[in-house]
Amino acid sequence: MTERMEVTGKTPLEIGEKQIALLEKLCNATAVSGDEYEVRQIVLEEIKPFADEIEVDALGNVLAKKFGSGENRVRVMLASHMDEIGFMIVKKHDDNLFQFERVGGIDERQLPGKAVLVGRDHLPGVIGAKPIHMTTADERKNKIPVDALRIDLGPEIGEKVKPGDRATFATRFKVFGPSIQAKALDDRFGVAMLIELLKHTPANIDLLAAFTVQEEVGLRGARVAAYRLDPDMAIAVDSTPAYDLPHWDDEDENVQYNTRLDAGPAIYIMDRATIPDRRLVRLLTQTAEEEEIPYQYRQPGGGGTDAGVIHKTRAGIPSVSVSVPSRYAHSAIGLARIDDWANTLRLLHAALGRVTPDLLSGERRG
Amino acid sequence: MKSLIKQLVETPGPSGFEHEIRDVIRDAIGDAADEIRVDALGSLIARKGTKTEAGLRVMISAHIDEIGLMVTHVDDNGFLRFTNIGGINPLTCYGGRVLFMDGTRGVIGMDSIESGKTPKLRDLFIDVGATSKEDCPVNVGDVCGFERPFLDLGKRMVAKSMDDRIAAAIAVEVLKQLENTPHEVHFVFSTQEEVGLRGATTAAYGVDPDLGFAIDVTRSGDTPRFSPKMATALGDGPAIKVRDSSFIADPRLVDWMIKAAEKSNIPYQLEVLEAGGTDGRAIQLTRAGAPAGCVSIACRYIHSPSEMVDSDDVENAVKLLVKLLSEPIVLD
Repeated sequence: MTERMEVTGKTPLEIGEKQIALLEKLCNATAVSGDEYEVRQIVLEEIKPFADEIEVDALGNVLAKKFGSGENRVRVMLASHMDEIGFMIVKKHDDNLFQFERVGGIDERQLPGKAVLVGRDHLPGVIGAKPIHMTTADERKNKIPVDALRIDLGPEIGEKVKPGDRATFATRFKVFGPSIQAKALDDRFGVAMLIELLKHTPANIDLLAAFTVQEEVGLRGARVAAYRLDPDMAIAVDSTPAYDLPHWDDEDENVQYNTRLDAGPAIYIMDRATIPDRRLVRLLTQTAEEEEIPYQYRQPGGGGTDAGVIHKTRAGIPSVSVSVPSRYAHSAIGLARIDDWANTLRLLHAALGRVTPDLLSGERRG
Repeated sequence: MKSLIKQLVETPGPSGFEHEIRDVIRDAIGDAADEIRVDALGSLIARKGTKTEAGLRVMISAHIDEIGLMVTHVDDNGFLRFTNIGGINPLTCYGGRVLFMDGTRGVIGMDSIESGKTPKLRDLFIDVGATSKEDCPVNVGDVCGFERPFLDLGKRMVAKSMDDRIAAAIAVEVLKQLENTPHEVHFVFSTQEEVGLRGATTAAYGVDPDLGFAIDVTRSGDTPRFSPKMATALGDGPAIKVRDSSFIADPRLVDWMIKAAEKSNIPYQLEVLEAGGTDGRAIQLTRAGAPAGCVSIACRYIHSPSEMVDSDDVENAVKLLVKLLSEPIVLD
């Protein structure tokens, strides 16, 4: 068991054993884009006692509302995606070897030799690879295309698997010291934080929490969720890569790190899908400074979050994104810090507590 | 009109940071509009006229953003690395000058130009004259545009953001000249076009037009050794878009524009653009859909710091648009 993390500051939120246990359950569940059932069940069970209204929409998004009590409450949408990258079984071949395709962005070089879990029953399989004894030097220079790979399930187990079944890397959640190793931290971090914020919602806002589907295949769930919720503003809560390793190619200074571990929540200033409203960026940075919560800017550039479709919904919704940094994203195993997660949760809670109608009463200026 | 064009092209406004240019537009419109509002993404929407029985709700979109750069990293020696906002060609960057929203200026450098090798954006950096990270006045996330003064060559005009300030100038002029219209015309000065027609998407939803069109620049096929097949040329009149790679103009709108031009003896040309998109797509696909088109101004050297258009094309575009909007619209 892990030690309870001390979280200072004015908010009652903390990351303790309960929160870590919930994140473990969420990360170990299978929810490849398009079949988010397992995570949705966990979410529904967790939020039932706390949300004022809960709906599962046509695409499978969980939309939960928690109404505040003040006057002139701003309707704030928070979006975190339940789905994760993974695999889909395509065809059964002889000897219970299964051809598969990738769902979401996965580097095929990372596949050979990985353990996977197939289907709702988490059946154990292996993405096989030719042993080094049998390969030639030339073969070892080239990557193995995904079409040449198979998931090996063996007899008895293999009979239970059919085309369309989803699979994930078999990585199990682990805490060691200040760090977490797990699959699917993108975006179970966000899901866990939204659950926590539904339990501790500042009274000045109406919280519209969207646990979205199919983010990894093109922000599909968030599009319809935003249309339904029609909020005044939105924050996508996600996880983003940290590539904060000492060197970048031959340069002596790493200039393309995206984010860094231990530097706190990553606030977005531009990605491929969104140029966030600077009023919301300032809300987050000012909150962080006043609450003495560490924060960093995610380097502007590629990538995208649910904010990419939310901000273009209807006549426009001011939006921003915040992410927990994690190394080795979209691989079999991610590595993140409990402190970065705790500080992201604190920042969100404190920032929501500062949202007033004045925040958005003027014109967007940057 | 040239003084407005000069002011518009010299004001910085990369996508997402169009507030200064919006202020210029608002001043230029003055009290010529019946109503002015700004939507959540920062587009300025000026309404002229009220919908009558013979009229339609028409959306006209001219985007006010321009391509630009955003700082991603300030290194230990005070050099800035950056990413693109919109379609930036590294070839047009080296040696260029940039202007940040707070007035800071800088130049774009790279270590060495290898012959025959096209630089990538990551090979380039901005130098604002800082000597270290500590004395660098620029932070990660700060935004700049290319700095280049307006150049009046008489019949031809050159500037860094003719795309699409020339359309903004045309829209302002049309709004002012439009006296009697049976239509409710919403002039949208849209944001974030260069990063994916974002402002026009939300503006179109808000306006909910019966019909609409964009005003934008298009490529011109009249330069030496121009390889892509492009029929447009500077000075041949406003270009009526048939299609681009983002949408196919409603053929009824194309016919309507052609007939109006011919009836009034306004020169025009037809445009088929194989690579490029405009706000017309956002209008066409809004809600349950709307007939949409685009009036283009042929432009040389698009997305370079020296985009060139023809003054007569601009004047004729104003004439054509005023004509189009002054009478009932019959699509057949």
